[in-house]
Amino acid sequence: MFKAILRQLLYVAALILAVLVLNFLLIQLAPGDPAEVIAGEMGGANAEVMAAIREQYGLDKPVLTQLALYLGRALQGDLGTSYFYNRPVAELILSRLGPTLLLVATALAFALIIGTRLGMLASRNPRGIASALVTVLSLVGYSAPVFWTGLMLVILFGATIPLFPIAGMIDVVKQGGPLGRALDIAHHLVLPALTLGLVYLAQYSRLTRAAMLEVLGADYIRTARAKGVSERQVFGRHAFRNALLPVVTVAGMQFGTIISGAVLVETVFSWPGLGTLAFQSILARDYPTVMGILFFSTLIVIIANLLTDFISRLLDPRLAGGR
Amino acid sequence: MTAPARTTVPAARGPMAEAWDIFRRSPAAMLGLLLLGLVILMTVAGPFLYQVDPFEIVWAPLTPPGEEATIPLGTDNLGRDILAGLIEGGRATLAVGFSAALITMLIGVVIGAYAGFYGGFVDDMLMRVTEFFQVLPPLLFAMVVVTLFQPTLINVALAIGIVSWPQTARLTRSEFRRIRTLEYVSAMRAVGAGDGNIIWRVILPNALPPLIVSATLTIGMAILFEAGLSFLGLSDPNVMSWGLMIGTGREYLLDAWWVVTLPGTMIFLTVLGISLVGDGLNDAFNPWMRER
Repeated sequence: MFKAILRQLLYVAALILAVLVLNFLLIQLAPGDPAEVIAGEMGGANAEVMAAIREQYGLDKPVLTQLALYLGRALQGDLGTSYFYNRPVAELILSRLGPTLLLVATALAFALIIGTRLGMLASRNPRGIASALVTVLSLVGYSAPVFWTGLMLVILFGATIPLFPIAGMIDVVKQGGPLGRALDIAHHLVLPALTLGLVYLAQYSRLTRAAMLEVLGADYIRTARAKGVSERQVFGRHAFRNALLPVVTVAGMQFGTIISGAVLVETVFSWPGLGTLAFQSILARDYPTVMGILFFSTLIVIIANLLTDFISRLLDPRLAGGR
Repeated sequence: MTAPARTTVPAARGPMAEAWDIFRRSPAAMLGLLLLGLVILMTVAGPFLYQVDPFEIVWAPLTPPGEEATIPLGTDNLGRDILAGLIEGGRATLAVGFSAALITMLIGVVIGAYAGFYGGFVDDMLMRVTEFFQVLPPLLFAMVVVTLFQPTLINVALAIGIVSWPQTARLTRSEFRRIRTLEYVSAMRAVGAGDGNIIWRVILPNALPPLIVSATLTIGMAILFEAGLSFLGLSDPNVMSWGLMIGTGREYLLDAWWVVTLPGTMIFLTVLGISLVGDGLNDAFNPWMRER
């Protein structure tokens, strides 16, 4: 067990190192002066700043020395300075992390809870209404661009039925204690979370349905029925728990695409998270921030994968003992 | 000894013909094919039938559809013809979608084939690389690549290909692992066929059905990806595309619904067509899986 954890940690460390090396390579491979890339094109960097960057990053030294300098700094949490925002990149990213995690977690929870329920419902009758709904939903969820779904919701709820706010996270005008603030954020969260969640709701309901149909044909379900377990129990406990495993695995594996979706959804709803930051810094050609966000979101994906692994082991004791 | 009785043996049919038979009978799959055909027809024949430059300012900005007979679908915020944009934009979107899918399949199949065929150390190494690319958030990585280098159509397609291949590689690998242990592969080896021969001429053709399904879905995914990038303003600004139209029309959303709704509907219908075809192919190649 201890050995397995150690191996896992080493593997994660190697992944993180690889991401940093990739970031470094991208800066090197980009056309133009690396100092300019580090400063960002529109960062208002003057000759003095450029000279400081050359000195600090050792740009006159051999490439390997530069790589070592880069890695050393990154491992100390120094991801460079955004000359556009005039702040350290790490600090900038941390200030935007909360809203993104809130959005992604809400969307994911919504998709998982409703999606798995819907899939289970559909599996009771493979040709019933719920099954048809799952099929249509998964087709629409796969085919509609997520940012477009968001814009359509903006038209619906911004112009036609103004029920929910369509931009930002907090109403500046509104006053109130912590509870009022939380409610305000929740109110703003509805549309972005719904937009992002619908894509995954569609996938998880289809996946749950398929997994349930497979599990329901298994021998242990027949055994459970034979010994008189109620149909409710068969579905809810014996089958559902086992059908959940592939859904959790896929949800965890997809974390990178969920973050990608969040970038688009945040841009649509001006949600003040990492996605809008990425979008703005790309428009400003603020490369250190962009690279920092790439590194940071990769870290989030790695952590999410570790968590998924852990949850899968909880769901399936067979995995617990290692392979 | 009497001559064996003559029986009429039905002409032997290839697996592809059989798959087509199943495909043909599925209304959903045929609807998908029809949608896709219409979209391709529109982008190929459209420019000849409707000769308007999508970048040219033809009328007052934000004219609603149907208000002016010569501009059936209205104009955007600059007064450019939306219909012309839809026709021209489809070409870029489809071109990037197809080439990105091609790049994805090329990288994915080669890496997956070698990993699955050789196993052991080669497999371990290639799978670590695959896992590494799998933890990169695809859109963010593509955004970085396109920003650092030039956002030409080729770079956009390359960026999408680079972030999308791991899934194809995993699928190819598992197919190769399954097929390499089958008897006809051993037979080929006994006859003295080389590795390259076995990989590309014996195993690959037999692994094709799931790969074709995956390639179809990859095209749909690549189109959505391209749309997302151009929506963010990261595609070639000199080439009209559906995503670009949505991105520029976004600010006028509440006054002019058609500017974003129409190109979005085109993307939706195209990807819907592709995914219906993909599902149909899946059923056609695995008839016993249809219940799912």
